[in-house]
Amino acid sequence: MAFIQDTLLLFRHHLRSVMRNPTWMIVGIIQPVMYLAFFGPLLTSIAGKGIPGFTAANAYNFFVPGLLVQLGLFSTAFVGFGIIADWRAGVIERLRVTPASRLAILAGRILINVLGLVIQSVVLLLAGLAFGLRAPVAGVFIGLGIIAIVAVSLAALSYTVGLLTKSEDVLAPSVNMLILPLMLLSGIMLPMTLGPGWLQGVARATPFRYVVDAIRSSFAGNYANHLLLEGICVSVGMAVVSLWLAGRVFTRLNA
Amino acid sequence: MTIIDVRDLTRTYTSGKHKVEAVRGISFTVDKGQVVGFLGPNGAGKTTTLRMLTTLLKPTSGTAIVAGADLHADPLGVRRKIGYVAQSLGPVGSGLIVDSLVREELILQARLYRVPRQEAAARAEALIGQLELTGLEDRVVKTLSGGQRRRLDIALGLIHDPLVVFMDEPSAGLDPQSRYNLWEHIRRLRAERGTTVFLTTHNLDEADALCDRILVIDHGRIAAGGTPDELKDWVAGDVITIAVHDDVEAASLVLSDGPSVRKITAEENRLRLTVEQGKQALPTLLRLLDSAGIEIESINLSRPSLDDAFLTLTGRSLRDDTAPAPAAAPVPAQADT
Repeated sequence: MAFIQDTLLLFRHHLRSVMRNPTWMIVGIIQPVMYLAFFGPLLTSIAGKGIPGFTAANAYNFFVPGLLVQLGLFSTAFVGFGIIADWRAGVIERLRVTPASRLAILAGRILINVLGLVIQSVVLLLAGLAFGLRAPVAGVFIGLGIIAIVAVSLAALSYTVGLLTKSEDVLAPSVNMLILPLMLLSGIMLPMTLGPGWLQGVARATPFRYVVDAIRSSFAGNYANHLLLEGICVSVGMAVVSLWLAGRVFTRLNA
Repeated sequence: MTIIDVRDLTRTYTSGKHKVEAVRGISFTVDKGQVVGFLGPNGAGKTTTLRMLTTLLKPTSGTAIVAGADLHADPLGVRRKIGYVAQSLGPVGSGLIVDSLVREELILQARLYRVPRQEAAARAEALIGQLELTGLEDRVVKTLSGGQRRRLDIALGLIHDPLVVFMDEPSAGLDPQSRYNLWEHIRRLRAERGTTVFLTTHNLDEADALCDRILVIDHGRIAAGGTPDELKDWVAGDVITIAVHDDVEAASLVLSDGPSVRKITAEENRLRLTVEQGKQALPTLLRLLDSAGIEIESINLSRPSLDDAFLTLTGRSLRDDTAPAPAAAPVPAQADT
């Protein structure tokens, strides 16, 4: 199929390019590892003390899933900058006049972003292991899968906004304004159940809250509950909507 | 054989409340194997037309058949057959292609046209040689100079051996030697492969030296079309300057009966004639003077420049526009569909 063939061609091409200069991957992993090292130990003192929502016996089983989501947010939400740069350099239009599938131009890039995030996540998980994370292997894989799906939707959205606005000056504030509240409301640092009712209500209306809960649940080895199901539904739903939106923007004639 | 057939193509941009008619109904045809120059001042509609013909922009109305495929019904068919070299663009920034190599970019581009891997590599190699990119194959694209980058852009547009190539100001930013080399390359494409080349240019020398046909576009309309010589004839005619020994007035009288002489002005011992077909008229004019017994001191035939033609056609001189524009973001107009 032409779409798959083109996607793989572009993916391999981008991969060679990215491998030549992997510094961005290291830069992206520094922040969550710092949180792990300098904030994680604070949580160990409150773990297992019957705090509502803080059910994990081990602080890192609680904290690492949150950091995974944070990593996912920050390493994919800004990929739109890359497409603005490539568009300005004429690369996007050059690809768009070829018979290659225009969706493949999008898909090849998203695959690279997802691969990058998965590699970063594995590094973060290994660091977590060193600090005291103890989670079942199956649960970790489920968590990685969820975070990869989240990365697909965030990358697709970032590319959409990037290609629509073609301006870093618009993309940077819009991404920042969205990402920070969404991250805070997802309960990465502390359980949202500690908060007052209105805050919990607001958090219930944001997507990453469900994603974090689902990954925590799978890290705890609880696979058959509503948390995991909700998280998967939310992340898949977001991915479908984002891909549909991005697909429209990438395939239309005047972008 | 017609390879580009454009009928009443229009494009209107809406920016805020303003409607900008970038292209207002142009029609023309291009024969296979021709090099056609699309000439016009900045903002005349050159790039918009090119972007429509390369399926990057949807026309507001009108139709076009490019390389046998209909722009509306079969844009993919158009893309398979054409190559496109966009206007010189901003520097390579921090996108995904930052760290890719010249050779890799060329091969990827060929592979996207379904050129088999081995052949793609061979074509990349050949174009690297032909467009003076030798020694730069393994350089990271972002480290290329402006001129090198431009030559890579051109190579990328030609890598799949397209039937029709659209080039938007291909020689902008090239030094004279590279520019000459590019002209040679385009001539070879036409001669050896029968490639049709449709290029926009600001450079009248380029249009004159390279193009079989020129289309002049101004304010979104085709103002004139023809061979470079036809355009010059149509607008101004040739200028013949004859210096005679003595009787200027007698000479003037004799020559005024000459073929296709439009205008004669006398100045000291020199006569300045505007003649429609200078080369053809010259022998007759000489014979007339000779039979009247008038002795000629010197004679000079000059063609009007394309700039003269352009000035007459559009009321604007192209030369004013030849200064290279600063590298800006390409076509920022946000189009409505």
